[in-house]
Amino acid sequence: MTKDILKPTRRTLLRGATALGAAGAIGSPLVLREARAQAAFNWKRFSGTTIDVLLVKNPRSDLMQAAEKEFTELTGIKVSAEQVPEQQQRQKAVIEFASGKPSFDVSGISLHVQKRMAAKGKWFEDLTPYIKDASLTSPDFNFDDFGAGPVAYARQADGSLDTIPFFVDYWMVYYNKELFAAKGVEYPKNMDEMATVAAKLHDPAKGIAGFVSRGLKNANVPVWASLLLGQGIETTSPEGKLLTDTPEAAWAGELYKKLNRDTGPAGQVGFNWNECQTTFMQGRAAMWLDGIGFATPLEDPTKSRIVGKVGYGITPPGPKAHHAGMFADGMGISRGSQKKQAAWLYLQFMTSKAQQIAMLKAGAGAPGRASAYLDTDTISQSKFGKQYFECLLGSAKVARAALPQIVPVTEFRDVFGVALTNALGGADVAAELKKATETFAPVLVKSEQG
Amino acid sequence: MTATTTISQPLAPLQQPATFTHSADFTPRYWLFSVPAVVIVIGVIVFPWLFTLYMSGHDWKIGGGPEFVGLQNFAELFRDARFIESMGHTAYFTILAVVLPVFFGTAAALVFHREFPFRGVLRTIFVMPMMATPVAVALVWTMMFHPQLGVLNYLLSLVGIGPQNWVYDPNTVIPTLILVEVWHWTPLVMLIVLGGLAGLPREPYESALIDGANSWHMFRHITLPLVWPFIMVAIVIRSIDALKAFDTIFVITQGGPGTASETLNIFLYLQAFQFYKIGYASAVVVIFFVIIIMLSLLLLYARQKSKWNA
Repeated sequence: MTKDILKPTRRTLLRGATALGAAGAIGSPLVLREARAQAAFNWKRFSGTTIDVLLVKNPRSDLMQAAEKEFTELTGIKVSAEQVPEQQQRQKAVIEFASGKPSFDVSGISLHVQKRMAAKGKWFEDLTPYIKDASLTSPDFNFDDFGAGPVAYARQADGSLDTIPFFVDYWMVYYNKELFAAKGVEYPKNMDEMATVAAKLHDPAKGIAGFVSRGLKNANVPVWASLLLGQGIETTSPEGKLLTDTPEAAWAGELYKKLNRDTGPAGQVGFNWNECQTTFMQGRAAMWLDGIGFATPLEDPTKSRIVGKVGYGITPPGPKAHHAGMFADGMGISRGSQKKQAAWLYLQFMTSKAQQIAMLKAGAGAPGRASAYLDTDTISQSKFGKQYFECLLGSAKVARAALPQIVPVTEFRDVFGVALTNALGGADVAAELKKATETFAPVLVKSEQG
Repeated sequence: MTATTTISQPLAPLQQPATFTHSADFTPRYWLFSVPAVVIVIGVIVFPWLFTLYMSGHDWKIGGGPEFVGLQNFAELFRDARFIESMGHTAYFTILAVVLPVFFGTAAALVFHREFPFRGVLRTIFVMPMMATPVAVALVWTMMFHPQLGVLNYLLSLVGIGPQNWVYDPNTVIPTLILVEVWHWTPLVMLIVLGGLAGLPREPYESALIDGANSWHMFRHITLPLVWPFIMVAIVIRSIDALKAFDTIFVITQGGPGTASETLNIFLYLQAFQFYKIGYASAVVVIFFVIIIMLSLLLLYARQKSKWNA
């Protein structure tokens, strides 16, 4: 399903034309307001209402908050939005939704962590009836514009769509073109080659690591899970059975261990994405496997020593398949909200084409809407080069969920994170994964019972 | 009752106003004044504790209902290798985080007790770390610990010492966290002990000098015994702080690498707020409470003992 995402068919080109129009409009909020005012859709029907919104603290939420004034002018709805750091926002969401009376009408969630939890706890409204209701949904909204991959990722097992997938993060390889050129090395053609290329570029005497990725417990699991996709499987089967002690999982674990232990920087066992980013940004690593959402500071001359030297490569294919790990954020309407329809207007506005293009333009992440990527103005003006967008589009075509779609995702990451950390310390990969699988299996079974 | 009767009897002949003659009824009314405090204590201390005990006997995840399991959570905890490991880390961390700041703080107090140029300025500089917010301190140290880009390895390289992995190595993570604790909290111990030193009498020292005692003898047999109650206060405060240490460890290592710096507090946080296992986490709290009570009794006993000796 993900393979046809963003394919430049006639239909998507038409959508692109619409997006271009939206992009032009964003340059002039007045024009946009006038266009909306002229439309038959009544944005003012819930004027005077105030809605509460729970957001994760990040640049995308900053953009939403910056657009609140325009939203209030358009709809008359006041917005009281709160940005909370990611970990705490997740805890707040869980506790408030469990109470049955959350203090917010709209909330963002990380689909790769809380998707199943949200479904099991019946956190959100199914948005399908809202999307189909012409009296509630602006003709401009065009839900079909959202990529098939992100939509499939957001859709629950029962077919309901309880969040709009407005942000997608694809895992790819950042590489230092200068270091590659100095040693005459080409970008790896497959996952096995990643290890040989990393070994060629690894130069501890000069303080250069051939490869860097997350080693810290919990944070390291997406790295291993992304490598596992190269074997054509995820960490769980479609039936929900753990595949974490299979030969394929051990292969991915061995590759993870080899890349990090043999060609990683000293101390990388404690690295999260920020340490990896700093190391790479200072020109101390030749390759870095992580989400494309971390690209922004790499091209910032005040923070990075490798501006203009960064290569953006699609995660190389594995022995059996070619996939890029996919992670995404969605926004939904609290089932306990008393202002669901006003909240739906907010959701439409904040995930509109104009907002999604603004996200891409600001380098705040990869939008869920396909039309954003066809906005040539944004692409040509971006500080990221053509290769960045090629990588983004290429990754989208081979995207696949990397983390399991289960309730206890955090516990999964914790248990397997410890196993991977132990492996980096020299422990046997297969034995560690077997032990972790035995520890986690009862947790998974129990999570599906209650 | 006896007391009020005694008062009312001699007052009766003086024909006091009627309200005063009813003073025998006042005692029960006095209880009303304690009601707000009792309500607060019950609401803030007693009820949460009873509820924690109740939850510890249940299998309870946020979002689900409680299921009574008796002592199963406690039994599971003692079979949980992570929990046992975290107890060991807590003991290791606490001992070092108490002993080293107390040692260095006492030494610093002895130094700052003497007169020397710029003493006031230097003392102010010395206590500055204590004023910093723990999370901000932790973030700054995290940057300094970076194996490739941190300033600490750069400083070591200037004196010919190779790079260290600091908090990025399971073997050195706890001693490195202790380094932050020592830097942060030694000034507190210094201030407490310095307060004690300032109040010491001069006479015993004069007598000792006449008797031919040297500096070490005076420190060992006069200063240390006299200042010991203050050191005990510092030990009690540091022990409580070290046992409940969370912010610094969480910000710098999140309990890692792996589980190498996972203390009881981090383990508890994971169970309660990452895995949402409220029942299991409550059992951890109950065990932790028992440990703290035992340690507090031990320290209070030691403090009383030091008072008697002084």
